[in-house]
Amino acid sequence: MSVLFAIVLLPLIAALLPRLVQSMGRSTVAIVTALPVLLALLLLLGTAPSVLVDGELLQAAVPWLPQAGLMLAFRLDGLAWLFALLILGIGLLVIVYGHYYLEKSDSGGRFFSLLLLFMAAMLGVVCSDNLLLLVVFWELTSISSFLLIGYWSGQAAARKGARMALTLTGAGGLALLAGVILIGQTVGSYDLGTVLASGDLIRSHALYPLMLVLVLLGVFTKSAQFPFHFWLPHAMSAPTPVSAYLHSATMVKAGVFLLARFYPALAGTDLWFVLVSSIGLVTLLLGAWMALFRHDLKGLLAYSTISHLGLITLLFGLSTRLAAVAAVFHVINHATFKASLFMAAGIIDHETGTRDIRKLGGLRRYLPHTMALATVASMAMAGVPLLNGFLSKEMFFAEAADTPLYGSLNWLVPTLATIAGMLSVAYSLRFVHDVFFGPVPAALVAHAPHEPRRLMRVPVEVLVLLCLAVGVFPAVVVGPLLAAAATATLGGELPEYSLAIWHGLNVPFLMSLLALTGGVAIYVWRAPLFALQRRWPRPHAPAIFEQAVQALVAVAGRFVRFIDNGALQRYVSWLMLPVALIMLAAMASRPDWLGEHALTPVDGLSILATIVAVLAALATVVLRRQRLVALLMISVVGLIVSLAFLRLSAPDLALTQLSVEVVTVLLLMLAMYFLPSRGVIESTWWDRSRDLFLSLSIGVGVGLLALFAMTHPGATISTFFIDNSIPGGGGANVVNVILVDFRGFDTLGEITVLAIAAAGIYALLENLGLCLPIYDPEGRPWAKDRSPLVLQMISRAVLPIALLVAMYILVRGHNMPGGGFIAGLITAVALVLQYVASGVHWVHARVPHNYHPLVAFGVLLAGLTGLASLLLGYPFLTSTFEYIYWPIVGKFELASAMLFDLGVYITVVGATLLILARLGKLSVVEQEEGN
Amino acid sequence: MISHLIMAPVLLPLFAGLLILLEVRQRLWLRRATGLIATALLLPIAFLLWQQAAAGDITVYRLGNWQPPFGIVLVLDQLSAMMLLITALLALPVYLHACRGDDQPGANFHSLFQFQLLGINGAFLTGDLFNLFVFFEVLLIASYALLMHGQGPQRAKAGLHYVILNLAGSSLFLFGLGLLYAATGTLNMADVGRVICAGELVSPLLLQVSGALLLVVFALKAALLPLSFWLPGAYSAASAPVAALFAIMTKVGLYAIWRMWPLLYGLQDSPLHGMVSPWLWGLALATIAFAALGVLSAQRLAVLASWLVLVSVGTLMAALTASTPAAWAAGFYYMIHSTFAAAALFLLVGLISAHRGVLADQIEEGSGLSPLLGLLFVVLAVMLVGLPPLSGFIGKLVLLQAVPEAAFWIVLLLASLLLLIAFSRAGSTVFWRHQAGGKPATLPLAAAAPLTFLLLLCVAMVVLAAPMMNVAASTAEQLANAQGYIDAVLGAAEVMP
Repeated sequence: MSVLFAIVLLPLIAALLPRLVQSMGRSTVAIVTALPVLLALLLLLGTAPSVLVDGELLQAAVPWLPQAGLMLAFRLDGLAWLFALLILGIGLLVIVYGHYYLEKSDSGGRFFSLLLLFMAAMLGVVCSDNLLLLVVFWELTSISSFLLIGYWSGQAAARKGARMALTLTGAGGLALLAGVILIGQTVGSYDLGTVLASGDLIRSHALYPLMLVLVLLGVFTKSAQFPFHFWLPHAMSAPTPVSAYLHSATMVKAGVFLLARFYPALAGTDLWFVLVSSIGLVTLLLGAWMALFRHDLKGLLAYSTISHLGLITLLFGLSTRLAAVAAVFHVINHATFKASLFMAAGIIDHETGTRDIRKLGGLRRYLPHTMALATVASMAMAGVPLLNGFLSKEMFFAEAADTPLYGSLNWLVPTLATIAGMLSVAYSLRFVHDVFFGPVPAALVAHAPHEPRRLMRVPVEVLVLLCLAVGVFPAVVVGPLLAAAATATLGGELPEYSLAIWHGLNVPFLMSLLALTGGVAIYVWRAPLFALQRRWPRPHAPAIFEQAVQALVAVAGRFVRFIDNGALQRYVSWLMLPVALIMLAAMASRPDWLGEHALTPVDGLSILATIVAVLAALATVVLRRQRLVALLMISVVGLIVSLAFLRLSAPDLALTQLSVEVVTVLLLMLAMYFLPSRGVIESTWWDRSRDLFLSLSIGVGVGLLALFAMTHPGATISTFFIDNSIPGGGGANVVNVILVDFRGFDTLGEITVLAIAAAGIYALLENLGLCLPIYDPEGRPWAKDRSPLVLQMISRAVLPIALLVAMYILVRGHNMPGGGFIAGLITAVALVLQYVASGVHWVHARVPHNYHPLVAFGVLLAGLTGLASLLLGYPFLTSTFEYIYWPIVGKFELASAMLFDLGVYITVVGATLLILARLGKLSVVEQEEGN
Repeated sequence: MISHLIMAPVLLPLFAGLLILLEVRQRLWLRRATGLIATALLLPIAFLLWQQAAAGDITVYRLGNWQPPFGIVLVLDQLSAMMLLITALLALPVYLHACRGDDQPGANFHSLFQFQLLGINGAFLTGDLFNLFVFFEVLLIASYALLMHGQGPQRAKAGLHYVILNLAGSSLFLFGLGLLYAATGTLNMADVGRVICAGELVSPLLLQVSGALLLVVFALKAALLPLSFWLPGAYSAASAPVAALFAIMTKVGLYAIWRMWPLLYGLQDSPLHGMVSPWLWGLALATIAFAALGVLSAQRLAVLASWLVLVSVGTLMAALTASTPAAWAAGFYYMIHSTFAAAALFLLVGLISAHRGVLADQIEEGSGLSPLLGLLFVVLAVMLVGLPPLSGFIGKLVLLQAVPEAAFWIVLLLASLLLLIAFSRAGSTVFWRHQAGGKPATLPLAAAAPLTFLLLLCVAMVVLAAPMMNVAASTAEQLANAQGYIDAVLGAAEVMP
């Protein structure tokens, strides 16, 4: 059914157009906006015979996300048709009206684009045949209305009103989403038809109350029902065409539409009755009462809208079939008279520059046509006979008088309904009388307002005419439409009702009469009421909302900062806390720490070394504020560890540890040059206890677990490495073969890390200027002779020997302890020594010192070695080796892995020197400046 | 003949980064061109690999021609292929954005960017836990250097926190690996699973401790509360393209947990089974809630974006912990969306800052901004808050459906509300509240192109929601099949002679 898609999607696709043709003039924009709407309206009217007369249900569906039950499914039944008519029909009138309403300075393109987007969203809501799709469009109405309300974004009131509306309706939308998913999971389908047919299943489900409340939250926020009503009056900061459209005919009606839509699925329980009818009743009264006292024309209309929405909600809540029909009828009537009243208010505002009732009066002299139109529409709002409002109100009174459900409080509903009716008459009267009659305020005389352009009045005339037509010939004008919509709402047979103007002298008529006379009386003697109202506290919703949001933000900020105070110490303790807990849990399980593997016998030397290591570790902690001493203590620990490696037959590790230790300490010394030599006591007693707890539990845990792991040996993959080192890797040094062959990929990664670190540190220190102290903390000047002669001489002599040793270690690495990593570190240490002994300038004058390419070349060499195997059809990093006989040297092994190792060597040298040269250079620059 | 294509996502950025380092004269155009070619080439490669994986087979590449579990393997399954594709799709626009000036001033941005990609791709591909450690190091060092790129005291402070915490994490990682090796005798991911299933564990206790330690490390990378404190500072201090690239970084940590879940944490025979879920679940929800409050309290747009990253971390962790294929599929969809959307937001914040001068990204009244920026902001806000009809809503919808837990629903929906309040507040302040007069500076379309590309990806996720969820579902199914993974990695196929 492509017509259905066309009706919904036309405004959506067209929404882009106004913005695009903005530069082509205001009229073009308006025409481009109106045409697709007109087309959609015609398409809709074209379906009238089948939907309204034959009662057909038009459906169209395309899968969107069927796994989640989300379908692009639309339906057009009587209810959807009615709402679509309101949306498109009033929408078209609003476009015409808006074209004349907007100032030249307003961006018409943006306005009409948003309006079309909103219209598409509304059409989507009412035509959805899938619950999830309905939620999609539902939220879209919130978003687009936010942008429309905030259209005049320069005004604070508009921004706040928009945000308040979005927050409330958005919250409702989230609740609705949850409710809809619950319903869908209960029914097993999100298809609207299926859901509507599963009313009994839903109502008997244990989660029914939750589903109902969630859906109602969506309804009540959208339709501005108490206690969520307060956003609507402040949405009046929107341009009047927006108010006329959103806040009379469409958006706020989305809520009551949902009540109608879900009526067969959710209504009919006591909970529904209690919640919906009581909220509706309270809103009806509250809105009518508040409307009476508004001085702002649009504010009066806004509260009146709230009140009328309450009336419709109450009708749905009454849960009788006739009440539902009355509710649908009132939806139509309210839309017509309220939209025209908003437009009239807009005209008054447009022509006089004010909407304040106190500053208006006697306008019948200047705006006779507008007066006539507004008067008729107001009478419809008040429920005067021969106008449409009278008919639905009559039906409402009949239902209210008939409600047996409140038990002994049965008299309450009709009484309150009549009071609400009186208030409604009173504020309608005020709208007309205070504005159009009475004396003309002096300011207005000077302003000399005049009737607006003819075409700006046309939309109002059309609507008012409809009020009259429905009021006089209800059965002819709306009979079929109402019947079709009500049938779709009820999901079954229609009750008996008659749309006649005169039903005889009955209770509803008496209530109407009472309301009319009472309303006039209230208006005439309104002064004491106004005085009474003035004494009541009048909370200003945006201010309260703003305060609430500010408070929420402040509380959130305080809470976040309380937890996350920005201290690294706390962050690290949060990281260590779970580790400590894991250790404590492991210890609490009391495993057999000592396994079957016997312990190595201890000797005096080991004990001594251990004691030294422990003491040095303790000293590091105790002396941590004397940074140089602490650093030396750490290096003692490192030294002992390398000795331990040696003792435990791991010469490779020992060599590596040793050279890493030297380079690290050297670099740290350089860095410490820029730091104060003493730390400051900043930690509190609590911090230190926390740290003690963490380090003790983790330290003890790690020790015990290591003991456990080493005394509980199991089968590991290491045997494979030992077995395959010579036959597969061509090397006798298993550690080296693992590094360059079995797990060469890891090594490639690690040397890349080195390269990155070097490049990163280079970038980090580039252009960094640090102020150097000329004196140490004791006030002694630093020594001027930076290069002691003895060190210079020795270091220069050491260099060639060290390089030779490095080469040797590199070459033999594959079969004996050694390898590229260690050789690289030895070379680096020898070169670092030159820097230390002779200074940066001396070295750089003799050695090429851009180490970037060196680092890159090293990694590249290793990488290319790995790449070579690809050419032979083997995986990356597959190694090969060959034994060659040289005349004098003898049997000699050439392994591709050696080339890889050379890459490692070069990278290590390059990276170390790159970092060092940078650090060294920092001081050079500064010292020269200091001199 | 074996295909080496699987190596390309690792080797391409490696060699590109090295070549840029080799280029001594520091010609900017040459660096940019090299980087651009390498980054752009990742895209077709990742796509081909993804296509290959989508067929359902797991590809195993044995480095150095050593058979697993002894040698290192790269493993391409649907999950790793998906992650590669996300990374490639993210990297290109981010790099293009950076080439409009954010790569200046400061040295080595271009090679560091490539090394960062190397680390990310390697972490997604490797089938070996120690190798994962190596790639985590590559990632960490590269990201630290990138984070500090351009310098400034704020960056130095945040960078210090970042690097110290992560180095502490690295030592925990190593210790955990040592214990895992002691418990299982292996470091190959699949082999760990096999040893557990075959009952060859040395000690359940060691496995529990090592698994828990590794989880702490992964959670630190993923930035799960309370290990998340480093993130807002670090991400908000970084330059826009770097922060945008970082959008994938937390996902690396999540990926690691996800990868090890069927093999270690969620495995029926594992001594860890059922031990970590309650913790992760609670922390995931706490992360969502806390991060949502952080979003609300943010005074700067970049900080807001950083907290948003944390919201998605919590959400994803909840999906992961729910541990059903449906929840995982939903999680994967949400992960893709949140990565692209968060990255786009960081890029947008960069543009906004550039336009507002001194005010930068403070959420305060300023001068008028180009309507195009406003439009992009609205679209992104809708996406990130999870409002219809964009990808965030679809992600939220499938998550709510797949994880029907009251606590999760309440936390997620309330967080959405807080996000809505925060975004409407920030947006109306930055875009609507400004001094009158002065036409806003126009935004060159090219400047917005990279982030628009990311937005279009998210829009495509909406249009193609159904096929994407199918892919996500089949990815989740394959991931959950631990035996299939173990057989594929350790199985048949002899080593080449």
